[in-house]
This record gives sequence, structure tokens and C-alpha cells, in this order.
Amino acid sequence: MSSADNAKLDMQQFIEMESSKSMLKFITCGSVDDGKSTLIGRLLYDSQLLYDDQLVELKKDSKGRASTDEDIDFSLLVDGLAAEREQGITIDVAYRFFSTTKRKFIVADTPGHEQYTRNMATGASTAEAAILLIDARLGVSTQTRRHAYILSLVGVKHILLAVNKIDLMDYSQQLFEEICAEFNSFAENLGFKSSYAIPISALKGDNITSRSARMPWYEGQPLLTYLETLDPEREDSTLFRFPVQRVTRSGQDFRGYAGTLAGGEIAVGDEVMVAASLKRSRVKRIVTMDGDLPVAGKGDAVTLTLEDEIDISQGDVLHRPGEPLERSNQFQAHMIWMHEDPMLPERSYLMKIGTQTTSVQITDLKYAININTSEHLPASKIDLNGIAVCNFATAQAIAFDAYADSPETGAFILIDRISNNTVGAGMIDFGLHRGQNLSWQSFEINRESRAKMKHQRPAVVWFTGLSASGKSTIADILEQKLAAQNRHTYLLDGDNFRHGLNKDLGFTDADRVENIRRVAEVARLMADSGLIVMTAFISPFRRERRMAREIAADIDFIEVFVDTPLEVCEARDPKGMYAKARKGEIPNFTGISSAYEPPERADIHLEAGNRSAEELAEEVLQQLQLD
Amino acid sequence: MSTKRHIHLQRLEAESIRIMRQVATDFERPVLLYSVGKDSSVLLHLAMKAFYPSKPPFPLLHVDTTWKFREMIAFRDDTAKRLGLELLVHTNPEGLAENINPFTHGSSRYTDIMKTVALKQALDAGKYDAAIGGARRDEEKSRAKERVFSHRAKGHVWDPKNQRPELWSLYNTRINPGESLRVFPLSNWTETDIWAYIYLENIPMSELYLARERPVVKRDGSWFMLDDDRFPLEDGEEPEMRSIRFRTLGCYPLTAAIESTAGTLAEVIIEMRSTHTSERSGRVIDKDQAASMEKKKKEGYF
Repeated sequence: MSSADNAKLDMQQFIEMESSKSMLKFITCGSVDDGKSTLIGRLLYDSQLLYDDQLVELKKDSKGRASTDEDIDFSLLVDGLAAEREQGITIDVAYRFFSTTKRKFIVADTPGHEQYTRNMATGASTAEAAILLIDARLGVSTQTRRHAYILSLVGVKHILLAVNKIDLMDYSQQLFEEICAEFNSFAENLGFKSSYAIPISALKGDNITSRSARMPWYEGQPLLTYLETLDPEREDSTLFRFPVQRVTRSGQDFRGYAGTLAGGEIAVGDEVMVAASLKRSRVKRIVTMDGDLPVAGKGDAVTLTLEDEIDISQGDVLHRPGEPLERSNQFQAHMIWMHEDPMLPERSYLMKIGTQTTSVQITDLKYAININTSEHLPASKIDLNGIAVCNFATAQAIAFDAYADSPETGAFILIDRISNNTVGAGMIDFGLHRGQNLSWQSFEINRESRAKMKHQRPAVVWFTGLSASGKSTIADILEQKLAAQNRHTYLLDGDNFRHGLNKDLGFTDADRVENIRRVAEVARLMADSGLIVMTAFISPFRRERRMAREIAADIDFIEVFVDTPLEVCEARDPKGMYAKARKGEIPNFTGISSAYEPPERADIHLEAGNRSAEELAEEVLQQLQLD
Repeated sequence: MSTKRHIHLQRLEAESIRIMRQVATDFERPVLLYSVGKDSSVLLHLAMKAFYPSKPPFPLLHVDTTWKFREMIAFRDDTAKRLGLELLVHTNPEGLAENINPFTHGSSRYTDIMKTVALKQALDAGKYDAAIGGARRDEEKSRAKERVFSHRAKGHVWDPKNQRPELWSLYNTRINPGESLRVFPLSNWTETDIWAYIYLENIPMSELYLARERPVVKRDGSWFMLDDDRFPLEDGEEPEMRSIRFRTLGCYPLTAAIESTAGTLAEVIIEMRSTHTSERSGRVIDKDQAASMEKKKKEGYF
């Protein structure tokens, strides 16, 4: 046999072995200095997965750092970013890869600092198992409880409790057993499917790849064996779920629905139903570039074609008749807040769930959760790394499952409308069915007919600007000019509003958001009745002005920025408010102790300065271009 | 991947396809950065699968430094033709006019001008809002932390300390005007996965990955191939013919070869199993300074 033939034979064995491996994604978590990075470095080292040049670099880097007495600082392998190396801590989620003859592993290494809860939740969201490290010297800590709670919240089912640094406690069996007992006493309520405990020393390599001679009393598996043999299969729901990612067209006739099965199985000939329209058809083909499949299972990325031409688009979800998803515009969910700017109820966010994206509001912040004690606490906002249970209302009804039943169709993220940052992550508990019965009533006499009687086109003219910038005065003159043209109008004024409809609201950020939401809703109703509505509110935040515009929906919305410099406003100070604010007597006063976010692109930008209100009102009138 | 035996490769394939489809659905002007190497070949193969029976709804973009191996350029043009895809090629015109090259200007400055700046020029010119690339997290430490959908602020700047959290498979694809995303469908693949997949799927790749007798010269302990007569020889350097191959493909003066007799894919894979150096060790640019890849990435390098 030639050497080429030998190579081919060897290679076929190799490919055979490589391709028959399964894959396990796990997360490592624990407190600062528990030794997570050292453990991962040790796993790579002991399974001889480091290349020579990486070892040379590692040895070079280890010099001049006194973080361990050993020759090699394994944590350097995983602490990748320069900033982290300088600080000696891990600050984000890092993914590491290694494989043994049995399995391929993807490890998410996440930090233990309290402020990094969001990173742990991120790492846990795709993990099938978790290694939870405990420092044997410290035992079960507050952070251990917090991490266990987050793992349970995000639905990680298999926990490996790695009691590390046992070498520093004389390899004490009694200590190990006490720690396990304490952990189990609270973990049993967290819904883990399995939990396993191993005493280890990541630094010295005890019980990592083989059982340590220094702990003859430990008769369980070494850590790597546990990872190689764990069966991570969740008791997955067998419900067929197919969120449509994309409609694929090709040539004259081909119309297919591309997506990844979020759950269950589907075969050619099976009947399917569209969650939104309840239309039915049967699967005609399961198309892939490698040829049609007779059947596809969870996780497969395929393209389905159907027997009938029914209307399906991106964002729709297919299921089997008789196994529907929930469909509602309201639901309750657990939520983790992930941004420095707090979550404010009533503020509008974008929500992404499966392949659906919609506008969402938190309608009720039911309670926050103290993750150290699982206690429920009342809250009016949620800060970074906070966890809360809330009710949500979406702009359109969405199709979903409870997260516990089907994580793929029950998980969502929240996106800030201005920055486009991912600010929150949620797991749906259940649908609230109020929304289903509450559909929009449509009446015979509609906006168009009401507007026609008034011979005008309704609009919302939204004035924004600092206190004393002249909003109300200009709006007042504008209204007189409109009245002179026989137009039907109404002026909603900030101060007047707060004496009535909004007298229950204060001036915190959360109350300001709700104030504007109510104003926007009232403005929309009045415009719907055919009026030209003017509003004169400071409305300092861009997000809320955008929300007002969205609430107005298909009604003309004209944002007028009364751009009067702060000095001018302060000099006017008709009610003495600025003087009080300067003395610190009024908290949260816009322009002084609370920000005003000027519009980036107002529809009408009034360079107000010292121009007269009459002149400015005339400018608005000219630019309004009313029919 | 039709057989159920290849469990983890099948999972990786499905994940990559899903990411590609997401890009096509959510962006107005996506582009696939095609670098001609083995990872690009896999990326392209997955793109063909993702949209089958239709074609990928985005063009290929190659940043040509003019110092690529000639075989790479031929392979690139053949590939685009074979698959019937639009191929765009960009070279930094100022760099070209000033004859910026790795010998006179040093690898660091050369890479910045002919690769990083050139890439930004091409992305700006095409107003691309998403650029798909073949980077993998196992390649290098700073890549290990990068998101699958990785945000770039105006000017293509990456801020590694301020990345968007990425949970489940719910990728946040929203951007403001002037911003963009880099998308890495191969994030979770390893080098071994790539080779196994190329073999199982019979994906065409450049012959430069296979050992052949090629003209080389030894410099600083590494073999460099004399792909054309622009490689200036130093005193005492004698070109010789050696059986060599490449583990990664880049600009020929910056890409070290390894001595090898592995003339077939099978032999390459076998040889790789017993190798003791990581694949990027042949890349000169990674080594210029500590944390050099992270620094380049912040500035917009892929």
C-alpha cells in the first residue's frame, strides 16, 4: 500500500471520528478569583490542546506577572482583551474551543463581578450545562446563589459544582461534603435536572482529567469525564415550530419558506398552519442544496414549500393544527435589564422574538427580584443587571410559547429605539388574554368623514423646547390664526394638563415618560375626531417624542422645535422657576438638573432667540402647508 | 450535510445558514468579504446552501493588495464564474500610486494602508450596511470575544468593551445611519471543523494548501515563496525548490510556508493532526506587537 493510500485510510478514520463527535456548549461561572480562567486553561493544557507557539507565548507572558507561583499562568489563555490583561480580570464573554476523542466543546467564560450579570446571562442563554466554581476556602457565597439563580432563570438544566482550591484546605472530605449540602439545600428549588459535585484544584490539576491520588475518598468522575459523558438533551417539547426567516423565490414558480426548526419534526405531507392567519396547507417539499429531505428535525435549516398558495411572510410561524402557539399582544415575562440607562415602564422598545420584531411597552412592572435572596421587591424602574417580572403589551399580536416549554419561541430581546443597543432580555411566562378580546372597534363614521365635515386635514403639531422658550405663547397665536381661517383646533398645554388628567404624576423620568404617553394618546384621539391639535410640552426626551409620533401612526405629526437659548429662557423666567431650580429647590428641572435632548431633525425648526412670538407663529403657519 | 452521522458539523452548518439568511433579510446592502482562503471557501459554500435554489442576494468583495499569490487571484476569478456570482475587487488607489509594499514600508504600515484602509474605502463606496466575513473565534484571542453580529460605529470602529449582549439566536441587526455590522457565520467553527467539512462536502480550494515543489527562500527561520520577481533577495539568500504548502493564505511576502509532502487533502488533514503550531503562527502581522490583532480590529481590520 502506498503512503498516499495509508494517509487516505488514516484520514477516513480521522474524519469518521471527527464527524461522529457530539458537541457540548457549557458555561463556566463563579466569583472573582474562583479560578475560572485557570480551569479552562488547565483543560486546554491537560488535554494537550495547546500548540507549541501558544505555549511559548504563554510562558513569555507569564513572566513579570506574580499572579501565581506556578510557571504558567493558565488564565492568560482565556483573558483575551488587552484591557483585561492589564486589570487581571475577565470583563466579557469569551468563547473557547477544545475537543477530546469523544466530544467537541464550546466554553463560554463569563465574569463573576456583580455588575456583569448580563454577560453571564448571555453566556448561559446558549449553554447546555454549567460549571459553577466555588472557592473551597470561602464556601457557598452570595455570588454562588446569584449565579445559580441566573442559570436557573435562563434554563440551564445541568450543573457541575466544582469545589476549587481544595488543595488549600488539605483536600478535606468533610469540607467538601458540607459545601455540597449547603448548595443542594437551596439549589433543589431551582429546577435543575441534574447537579454533580467534584472537588478540584484547577491550579494543580486534581480531578481534572483523571481522579486525583490526593483525594482517595472521592469516588466520582473527574471533571473532563463528566463533561464527556453528560447527556444534555433537555426534555425538549416535541411541538413543531417553524419561524419563517425568509421567503425564497426562484424562477417563475418556486416559492419556499426558509427557516430553522425551533422545535419538533416535520415530514413531507404533514399538515401545517400559519399562527397569525390560521390558514392551513401541507408540506410539499423540504428543500436543501443536498437534495430534498423526507423529514427535518429541530435545529435543521431548511426551506419548505407548501401544497397551496397561502400568504406567508417573514415573521410568520408555522405549527401543526391542534398544537398552536399562544397568540396575544400581552404577556408576562421575567426580564434581565442589560443597559446602564434604566428600564422605564411605559417607554416603548423594540422587541425581537424568533423572527418577529414589534414595538413593545412594559405595562406593569409587577416586582423586581433580589437575586441573592429570591425576594420580591416593589420597583418603579429596573437598573443594569436588575431582574424583574413585568407585563408587556406589543403593538401587534405575536405568536409565542412559554419559555419553559420552548426556549426558541419564548425568548426575546429588547432594543432601544435611539441607540439600537440591546438593552434587555426576557423569558415569557405566559400570555395574558385580555388583549385577544380587546380588538379595535371600527365605526361607520371615521376620521376621514369627520375631517371632511370640517373641511380640513387633521394633524398633531407637537411643540417641544425648554421651559419659557415660548411654546405655549406661539401655539396660542397659531391657534388664533387657524381659527381666523375657520379651522377647528385644540391646544393641549403642559401646565393645564398637569392640573387635570396628569395630576397623579410627578417629575421623575418615569413620570415624564407617562405624562407624554398620555398627552400623545389624547392628541391622537382628538386628531382622530378631525381636529388640528397643538401640544405645548417641554417633552425633553427624543424617545418619547418618537413614541408620540408612533402613537399618532397615520395621522400627520409635525414636530416643532422652539429653539430658544437657555440664557434667554432663564432671563424671561415668568414663573421664577429657573431661579428656584438654580437654588436647588426644584429637582429634575429641564435645562438645569435634567437633560433636554434637542431634536435631530425637527419638521419645523424655529430659531427663536429674540424674535417675536407673532413672527414665529406666522412661520409655523406658512410651513404647515395645511390643505 | 445530509447524513445524520455528522452531528456537530450539521449543527454548525445550520447555525451558519441561519446567520446568512438573517443578514439577507435584515439589511439593504450586504456584502460577503471573500478572501479566497479555505474559510472563505466554506463561507461561500454555506451561502450557496442558505439561499438555494436561489443565489445569495449579495456580491462578493475582495480587497486586493496586489501582493496576493497569483494562484489565489486565478482561483478567485474561477470561483465567482463557476458559481455565477458578482465579484467586486478593490485596491487602495493611493496606496497603489505610492507603491506601498511590505518590503519598503514594513508589514504594519503596509497592512494598514493596503488592507484596513482599502477595506474601509470599499465598504464606504458601496454603502454596505453588513459585511459577512469568515473569521473564527478559535483563531486568535481577541476574536474569541467578538459577537456574531459585531457592531461598527461610524468610521468602522470596533469598541470591544462596549459590545451588544448577544443572547440565544436573537441577533440584534439594528443600526443607525453610517454604522454597520460585521457578521461572522463561522464564529463557532474550529480549524479542524473547516478541514473536515471541506473534505466531506468536497469543496474546491486553492492548490496552495497542498504541498508542491515551489521556489522559496528562508528568512528569519520561515520559508517564503517567491511568487514573482518582486521579492527582493538579501545578501546570502539563495532561492531553492522545496516541497511546501500553506496553512493560511494572505499576501505572499507575509505568509510563511511549511515544509510538507502532503500533496492531497487527505495527507494535509493527517499532517495537521500531528502539528504543533497554531495556524496563525505563519502570519507576520499578528506578531508585530502585543495584542496587535485587537488593535487592528478596533481600527477596522477584519
